[in-house]
Amino acid sequence: MDEWLADLDAQVARSPTFLDSKPVVVDLGGVTANDADLPGLLRALKGRGLRILAVEGADPSWGGAAEWGHSIPGGRATGPVDLPAAAEPPPAEAKAAGLVIDQPVRSGQSVIYPAGDVTVIGSVASGAEVFAGGSVHVYGTLRGRVMAGFTGNPGARVFCRRLEAELVAIDGVYRTADDMDTALRGRAVQAWLEGDSIVMTALD
Amino acid sequence: MMEMAQMAKVLVVTSGKGGVGKTTSTAALGAALAQSGQNVVVVDFDVGLRNLDLVMGAERRVVFDLVNVIQGDAKLAQALIRDKRVDSLSLLPASQTRDKDALTPEGVARVVAELREKFDWVICDSPAGIERGATLAMRHADLAVVVTNPEVSSVRDSDRIIGLLDSKTELAERGERMEKFLLLTRYDAARAARGEMLRTEDVLEILSIPLLGIIPESQEVLRASNIGSPVTLSSPDSPPGRAYFDAARRLRGEALPVAVPEEKRGIVHRLFGRRVA
Repeated sequence: MDEWLADLDAQVARSPTFLDSKPVVVDLGGVTANDADLPGLLRALKGRGLRILAVEGADPSWGGAAEWGHSIPGGRATGPVDLPAAAEPPPAEAKAAGLVIDQPVRSGQSVIYPAGDVTVIGSVASGAEVFAGGSVHVYGTLRGRVMAGFTGNPGARVFCRRLEAELVAIDGVYRTADDMDTALRGRAVQAWLEGDSIVMTALD
Repeated sequence: MMEMAQMAKVLVVTSGKGGVGKTTSTAALGAALAQSGQNVVVVDFDVGLRNLDLVMGAERRVVFDLVNVIQGDAKLAQALIRDKRVDSLSLLPASQTRDKDALTPEGVARVVAELREKFDWVICDSPAGIERGATLAMRHADLAVVVTNPEVSSVRDSDRIIGLLDSKTELAERGERMEKFLLLTRYDAARAARGEMLRTEDVLEILSIPLLGIIPESQEVLRASNIGSPVTLSSPDSPPGRAYFDAARRLRGEALPVAVPEEKRGIVHRLFGRRVA
């Protein structure tokens, strides 16, 4: 069980948004009555911030099974074709508006914020990088690298008061300094994604 | 008893990049502060590549060093070397035969705490780089002087060091902000006039910390190092000497404006403007 939890931690470390605020149904089909420390497992999962909705594949006679909430009764395989599209209700979004950094992002620093927008009140230095699940706003000179919408959000944008960037990326599509229009250098710029290419225009 | 009332200040002189003038500036600022009546110790953290003893002219008087004190082989009082020119100036030399691994976090903490009780200013001369020696030198600092040359690699390295000052120091870990000052060194007025160096304005915009002073590139600085004397002692009236004295007064809280020489936006900016650090 400890091994399985360690694997889970490794998975969450690799992709922090994988289970983030998603409802989870736990399949206890692989657990037997002997090794089933059900209250302990529930605590371990809840301690990791998982939102356990229900359980399946557990015997109601096992100690502590009742704490897990509703069971998904029956256990009859209905087959994958019958899965209703609404099986995953959209998670209730009560996220903070975004991350605000009220100092410069220095060379060598890396800001990673999958949950939304990042706003920097100051400059992003050469050799610094900002990853945001949403858009990136820089109220200073953008000299480093920004990756907006890196969790797979093509609608994310990049805004900066002065463009001197090494690299701008949105949803994995990137453009390096050499490929940026020199007329935009030093100006207030926004960048967004149109199809498979980044479009950059001056804001002033 | 008057001196006891003042809180000791631990100052780290750092830069990331080597050869920009950390040791020269440590010696010059330390001597300038001592000449104004402050009790000062300059501490060499560059274990294995010590230089501060040479610049201070004390290389023949080193018996015990920082590593000896940290490892308990000598008492602090045995390792401190009092300057022959200025009474209130002392040196704690580094070891030349050891390396930075000989510095332990606990040992450094203990020595810095002990120095705080004896002096008004504890000035730590950081080694170049961002590894153990540099992080231990900045660890207990109350304020930092970031020594920078007006060129792109130095500015970027300074930016990196400022990031570390804001995250890896005791002050930062307590959630407080360290006071940081920019000391622009090896400033060549002739090249600046031709627009061949980064403009002061651009360096300040990138690093966004207050300017402590601009030290002109000068033969006096080189000469001072060679004769083993801080430039504020050997040539107090030279342009670099005066610039260091002014910087020391600003460190003590005096609101002395820094005169930024006039500069052209020249060829370097046109060629490399987009790569400004």
